[in-house]
Amino acid sequence: MEFRQHTLDNGLEIVAECTPRAYSMALGIFVQAGSRDETEENNGVSHFLEHMAFKGTAQRTAADVNRELDEIGSMSNAYTTEEQTVYFANFLPEYQDQATALLSDMMRPVLRQEDFDVEKQVILEEIAKYDDQPPYGAHDKCMTAHFQSHPLARIVLGTVASVGGLTRQQMLDYFHQRYRPGNLVVAATGHVDFDRLVRQVERQCGDWQPGPAPRETPPAAAHHSLDLVYKPAATQQYVVQLAAAPDLNDDRRYAARVLATVLGDDSGSRMFWELIDTGRADCAAMGAYEFQGTGLFMTYLSCLPEDAAENLKHLDRIFQHAHRDGVTQDELDRAKSKIVSHLVLQSERPGNRLFAVGNNWMQRREYRTLRQTLDRYRAVTCDDLRAILADYRLDVHTTVAIGPLKRLAGCEARPLPPTDPVRQP
Amino acid sequence: MTENQPIYVERFENDLVLLAEPMDWLESAAFALLVPAGCNYESPDALGLANLTCEMVQRGCGPRDSRQFISDLELLGADASASVSNAHTSFGGAVPAESLEGALSIYADVVRRPHLPEDQLEDARLGCLQEIHALEDDLPQRVFEQLRQLRYGDPFGRSTCGQRPSVQRIGLAAIQEFVTQMYRPNGAILSVAGKLDWPRLRQHVARLFADWQPRRLPALVETPAETACRHVPVDSSQTHIGIGFPSVPYSHPDYFQARGAVGVLSDGTSSRLFTQVREVRGLAYAVYAACHSLRDRGSVFCYAGTVNERAQETLEVLIAEFQNLARGIQPDELLRLKAKLKSGLVMQQESSSSRSGSIAADWYHLGRIYSLDELGRIIDQVTCTSINRYLAEHPPSDFVLVTLGPQALEMPLGVSPAHPG
Repeated sequence: MEFRQHTLDNGLEIVAECTPRAYSMALGIFVQAGSRDETEENNGVSHFLEHMAFKGTAQRTAADVNRELDEIGSMSNAYTTEEQTVYFANFLPEYQDQATALLSDMMRPVLRQEDFDVEKQVILEEIAKYDDQPPYGAHDKCMTAHFQSHPLARIVLGTVASVGGLTRQQMLDYFHQRYRPGNLVVAATGHVDFDRLVRQVERQCGDWQPGPAPRETPPAAAHHSLDLVYKPAATQQYVVQLAAAPDLNDDRRYAARVLATVLGDDSGSRMFWELIDTGRADCAAMGAYEFQGTGLFMTYLSCLPEDAAENLKHLDRIFQHAHRDGVTQDELDRAKSKIVSHLVLQSERPGNRLFAVGNNWMQRREYRTLRQTLDRYRAVTCDDLRAILADYRLDVHTTVAIGPLKRLAGCEARPLPPTDPVRQP
Repeated sequence: MTENQPIYVERFENDLVLLAEPMDWLESAAFALLVPAGCNYESPDALGLANLTCEMVQRGCGPRDSRQFISDLELLGADASASVSNAHTSFGGAVPAESLEGALSIYADVVRRPHLPEDQLEDARLGCLQEIHALEDDLPQRVFEQLRQLRYGDPFGRSTCGQRPSVQRIGLAAIQEFVTQMYRPNGAILSVAGKLDWPRLRQHVARLFADWQPRRLPALVETPAETACRHVPVDSSQTHIGIGFPSVPYSHPDYFQARGAVGVLSDGTSSRLFTQVREVRGLAYAVYAACHSLRDRGSVFCYAGTVNERAQETLEVLIAEFQNLARGIQPDELLRLKAKLKSGLVMQQESSSSRSGSIAADWYHLGRIYSLDELGRIIDQVTCTSINRYLAEHPPSDFVLVTLGPQALEMPLGVSPAHPG
């Protein structure tokens, strides 16, 4: 296994973890363009643009893109988050040239008006899909309540109003601003011919014009609130809770993830024994997530509406107990064992390893072997967790609950705003 | 692809079958233990018994109480889970290769020596009721549950979660009896794939399971569904549409023809459903179809979710695509599908979990295992002519239709639904 890295003159970076004995390879293009880079007017444009990258370029129609993705037998897709947009494909090494040509061409979409109009309907369908799906937007609503005027408050999908009103020109402006070569990382893992990859990316992307793509990364203020949203059609009550955590450049992030595993892994954690094993909740889990400038502990709970108030008290007791007494050595050892084993199993596939390599380079300009990452987790001590708990209050949190309850923990429900009817193209 | 990679099969005297596929290039091993204790075997007044039993057997077994059970798995680094299907209760997961024997020892205790602690029955029951409540809110999943019922009737189309009233009623004696009768070696399959030493594995499994006593197989009584169309009124943003029609099962000589036809319909971004429903018309975000197989019969199940105003149009486009499929597929469509399927086969070699699941399923459906080489050859042999012959003989018809949403939809004119019964 070998790490390789190359930067084109225009700033586009190419990184790869080359494993010659792998059966497949994975290729990803990581773009620093997410909902935090948007404004209220163009909210949803990063995600919409991700869809439009599949709708054709100067050389290819939408049908060409779709057909070629299938011709190389690829498992391909893309996703957008608050932080970035990622395009990726997993395929056999013999298709490296075709896949590289296609994916890099897709980074220069032409955004035809007709395709834009049809795809807008697909996005509105996607929004409607999430309206029908637990936790019914509780995550988005909680992000908005937690971050308020911070850029991370923006919803990745956008709203029916913002996406409905978006014009092709607005998307084009955003594209020119965010898809500059210095704002992209091409990453590859598995059976990669790196020299060939560099030559081809140079040929296809070498003439892209560089330019600045600044991003604001302010810290986020701590926030404590409870919102209840009334959704009578739901059977269960769904709760999302956010509390501050270390950001993505903070070395304490490993300890934060171990802490989240001790308290809220889906099996064997304190939340598991308190709420799942006892049948009090259908789901109660916690994770640590990092962003530029800030981080989050996110707790998710779903349960019968009549149990929600009591379960929220259980959660707070779990948090307070952790702040008071820390965690035991046995809990720490089990959590680390789970994380290490999970990472090892997951990394067997180049398709999974791609995200570790690509994200790490995009976010920190840093490469770590799997072993180095495992060592970071293995080195976490009970004292490290105590330090996290001293710096970040888990019981200071933003909470959003959605479901059939009209009242929860002294909070009155407000109705879920109706989704506007979807406009025909 | 690795040529002549061995796959080991051992049938013990009690009829338990052990399957093993060494994948020496991996550091992990994965296993699947399928016991023939699916919800098909519940009596009609105890729907949900298999799921509740599955929950109870994981609350202490052999020398461990429920906390020790979870803790031992965590220390082995086991990423394990359990689930109930119509035919089986399955336990399985992936582990670092050196933990394989330890994990198998634990699961031998789970299926052979569960404590079934009475003081945890109410907690386990609440957990199962939670699952039923959560399913109420999962509209696409409810579409598939309904489709299965309409296509397969009872017990093969049963919901694995069971029903609230019966889950509330089930007592410990019924759970004990279910374990005694249904957790048995005859009809059970243990599959392992990954880094493994076959002679050692075989010996270890023999020590764990060879003295497990077989039980008589219960007979199943079948009742067909009474209707072909069902609408469930739900106050939702989208109408969730499910369509099913008969197909051949995995064990049928024509299965790969049927699979090829459905692949043209739904595999990949250039497939017909994705193109016609999403790309051309923007009618849905999620639309797909897939083959589903019982041992002796099969189906194609299709799903689309679309805003209510455009649901009828979406249904009409879907039915038109099924009818169009009967007129045959094109060589370029098949070429793309083959590239995808063959890449998928090669990539299976990167995942012990994927292989352990596949070989267990092969054994259940076929009583043998397709090696990856053999699957590659079968895919090579599928042609446009062979698929089109299959489609001419089995055009999509006898549809069942499920809709969840504010309003029922109309089957397009001239399309006859399945004959009930």
